[in-house]
Amino acid sequence: MRRHRTFIFSCLCFGYAFLYIPILAMIAWSFNDSRLMSVWTGFSLRWYQALWQNEQIIDAALLSLRIAFVSATFATLLGTLAALAMARLGRFRGRTAFSGMLAAPLVMPEVITGLSLLMLFVSLQGLLGWPAKRGADTIAIAHITFAMAYVAVVVQARLTAMDRSLEEAAMDLGGRPMGVTLDITLPLIAPAMLSGWLLAFTLSLDDLVIASFVSGPESSTLPMVIYSKVRLGIAPDVNALAAVIVGIVGLGVLAAGWIMLRGAKREGTATTD
Amino acid sequence: MNAMRPERLWRRTVIGIPYFWLLAFFLAPFAIVLRISFSDPIIAQPPFTPLYDPAQGLYLTADNYRFLTEDDLYWVSYLKSIRIAAVSTLLCLLIGYPMAYGIARARGAWRNILLLLVILPFWTSFLLRVYAWMGMLSGHGVLNQALLGMGLIEQPLKILYTDFAVYLGIVYSYLPFMILPLYATLERLDGNLLDAAADLGGRPRQVFFDVTLPVSLPGVVAGGLLVFIPALGEFVIPSLLGGLDTMMIGKTLYDEFFINRDWPLASAVATVLVLILLVPIMLFQRFSQADAGARR
Repeated sequence: MRRHRTFIFSCLCFGYAFLYIPILAMIAWSFNDSRLMSVWTGFSLRWYQALWQNEQIIDAALLSLRIAFVSATFATLLGTLAALAMARLGRFRGRTAFSGMLAAPLVMPEVITGLSLLMLFVSLQGLLGWPAKRGADTIAIAHITFAMAYVAVVVQARLTAMDRSLEEAAMDLGGRPMGVTLDITLPLIAPAMLSGWLLAFTLSLDDLVIASFVSGPESSTLPMVIYSKVRLGIAPDVNALAAVIVGIVGLGVLAAGWIMLRGAKREGTATTD
Repeated sequence: MNAMRPERLWRRTVIGIPYFWLLAFFLAPFAIVLRISFSDPIIAQPPFTPLYDPAQGLYLTADNYRFLTEDDLYWVSYLKSIRIAAVSTLLCLLIGYPMAYGIARARGAWRNILLLLVILPFWTSFLLRVYAWMGMLSGHGVLNQALLGMGLIEQPLKILYTDFAVYLGIVYSYLPFMILPLYATLERLDGNLLDAAADLGGRPRQVFFDVTLPVSLPGVVAGGLLVFIPALGEFVIPSLLGGLDTMMIGKTLYDEFFINRDWPLASAVATVLVLILLVPIMLFQRFSQADAGARR
């Protein structure tokens, strides 16, 4: 039993070291004065300064944030509707096809999604004249499509795990499905919708491949700019950018974790009372 | 009858809107790719022959598929991608299983912290995490420095831009996707069941193979598919960490499209890739729906 414990413990240590050492090393080197990673020439913030003055990166970051905001919002709406359809509306015609189309984007290789959406946009442009040009709009549509699948998973998990007695009581009291969904179900799944939104936001912010396919010549998102910088090797200002992003995400996740922990504690005391 | 109407309208809206969106932006694009894969590349806008030409009538050609079987590049890319994805999936399972087990067996607050630490990298940029390995593995990188410093090697090893780096990158990036479904099944495993098995004289190994492993099998399959399918079409990892000979099909497709600008051939490559992935994706869908059903 003891040997078994030691084995599991060392696996955990090794696993977490594997997950975190590269990120921590990258952050550490972002403070190196030298351009090379081979020598430590002293602590410096010069790469952060370079980052701040790099207009291409700042512009791309703003574009990416804008696209992420729009696509996360629409993905949350569509994904929540899809989750409601799957978890609350029982059987309907084409349900199997629907669940298939909803699950496939989760694993579909990005090159395929990107290529096929571009082909769609090009064909639509030929037929309808829309989209007139590719850029932020087409990237947002592409991101909505794959992010809504993730939102649907998160919200559907909550809907199936949830106690349905409140909804059933409201129905018994004569509530209409739409009213019950809006007044009872929606507030209960709001936290899941929020995590779905955040997930969709980060997925959009992070996507390189699909955006490369469906964007136009004028719109480069942040991952596209980063990729063009690091394709040929190490770029110290990208180290600084990575440190900034990891810092923001880390703080965000810590804050969310703390809020959830506090919520769980409050719920815990409420049930024991 | 009047009372039924808004109800049905609501039902139709909830199902109809996402359904329409997925048909238009997920399914229809595949049909178009399939159709373009049967055309010839031409120098025009768009760069492929139309399906229907008033002068020539209907035009379809299987040339692209014939070319795929004739040129070794594509065969090698498909097979190498399948091998890299399969081996990486196995490595993820070997590393991820004990971790998921350890997390599921951890006490209270520790469990949440350990779980959060698995999810955290997932929230930071995938691209930057792959990039981080460039710094780890390069000639002057962290790993070579460490090995040199320990006196284990005398010359820096060439690790970056090799297949090995691609394996590392895939295992690293997809490990959380393996751990989370495994954890979800292992967490449901009742500790009492394990104690009972041990009390009845089961040796640890026997308990593991007779109780733990069968219970966690759905997690193994779900995690395996979550790693295998996207890894098979991976582009970023082979293009940043791999060498010139690391031909993975995602990269081949990307180059065919962006460098050779042969849209019909790229479409044929994509169609074959979807065909390869069809069975794993259907399996994945069945498992994810079965899982949702089990929780109900």
